[in-house]
Amino acid sequence: MTDTAVTATRTVDARGSFCPGPLMELIRSIRESQVGDVIAVLSSDKGSKVDIPKWIEKAGHRLVTLETRDGFDEIIVEKLR
Amino acid sequence: MQRIVILGGGVGGTLTANLLAKRLRREIDAGAAEVLVIDSTGQHVYQPGFMYIAMGGEKAANLQRPERSLLDKRVNLLVGDVVAVDETRAEVRLADGMAIGYDQLVLATGSRIVPEAIPHFEQEAQHFYTAEASARLRIALDAFTGGRIVIGIAGMPYKCPPAPLEVAFLIEAELRERGLREGTTLDYCSPIGRAFTIESVSEMATPILEQKRIELHTFFNVEAIDPERKVVQSLEGEELPYDLLILVPPHKGQQFLMDSGLAPAPGGWLPTDRHTLLVGGRPNVYALGDATDLPLSKAGSTAHFEAPVVAERIAAAIQGRAPSGKHADYEGKVMCFFEVGDGKGTLLQFDYDHPPKPPKPNQLWHLGKIVFNKTYWHTVPKGRV
Repeated sequence: MTDTAVTATRTVDARGSFCPGPLMELIRSIRESQVGDVIAVLSSDKGSKVDIPKWIEKAGHRLVTLETRDGFDEIIVEKLR
Repeated sequence: MQRIVILGGGVGGTLTANLLAKRLRREIDAGAAEVLVIDSTGQHVYQPGFMYIAMGGEKAANLQRPERSLLDKRVNLLVGDVVAVDETRAEVRLADGMAIGYDQLVLATGSRIVPEAIPHFEQEAQHFYTAEASARLRIALDAFTGGRIVIGIAGMPYKCPPAPLEVAFLIEAELRERGLREGTTLDYCSPIGRAFTIESVSEMATPILEQKRIELHTFFNVEAIDPERKVVQSLEGEELPYDLLILVPPHKGQQFLMDSGLAPAPGGWLPTDRHTLLVGGRPNVYALGDATDLPLSKAGSTAHFEAPVVAERIAAAIQGRAPSGKHADYEGKVMCFFEVGDGKGTLLQFDYDHPPKPPKPNQLWHLGKIVFNKTYWHTVPKGRV
């Protein structure tokens, strides 16, 4: 499910970081966030667009959007619990 | 006089110092250069041996030697605690108030474990990241008569990435030998979506986990330990009961590097150029080993292959020439052995552009690791391999 109307409350810029860096940065951010916060992860690691949505599903959060931009992916996540 | 100050007498600091002593021999003898290592204990510890205190009958006394005994006679050693780097004055400050100026600074300050970051870790979890903890793990294993063993990773990045898998494999083999395997379940928790960060190693290790009936739990980021119910809980909402809990503790860089503005909080890893090993674009500050933020194993091997690059670049700067030869730039080379139990091992060798292709585990690579551990003192710190 995607929703482009949601605006990120914080951005994790993990570009230049390699697996599992972007996922670990997201996890750190999730730990510091409140339920309902929306986090945008920017990653240039090709594995992130596979690994991060899998983690989001396992951890019970919501994948808002996943879009490929110029040389990186933007993955937006809503913290649900 | 050009003073090169090296913080840390581990693999990276010691080898860098010894290589610089060779390359700058004439300058040092002429009083035009000084190589100074500052280490907080004056003892060089072979940390990869800790695991074998728990798993291989190793003794802590065999894993430590005076740093002075490993350093070239042209290298000076100061034992003391560095508490700050003052970049404006180009000096490092020690706990006793002494200030030492530098022209070139090498940060080989390693990583530190912070088990206290997870409540109840120190009372409930065993680990193998210090000699003392590894000895306690041995006692716990000796007392273990069956039940549920959970092995996991309580924070990334951490030292020696293969170590928790190796420990799982070695414990499984030991339990079989002791006739306890049938009465024991083994769970292995990985924070990411597979058994190991590097895909090719994961592909090698996952069938071994299956064959040894070690249950793999992916995306298990340790969040809490409940000592009453004896369960470890993940951020993802899973929980696993344990009788024996073995966790890699969370790791951080050194606090004084964060306080000095060289490394960002909360991790404290130094922002390091992947090829030049310069820190944050500074022209005369280098980092190597565990202290960096590079996407590489935090392992002695990484420092071992980075040190010649730091030494070449500093020697070139002092001699007024461009860095040259095969050590002008670091290409991400790492090489380490990987135990799989039952007297077998394999080898992980890789760089930034070439992921490892581990050979089929055999006795040779296991023996290679044992020989390497025994001969370390005469080879790596002195630049002989």
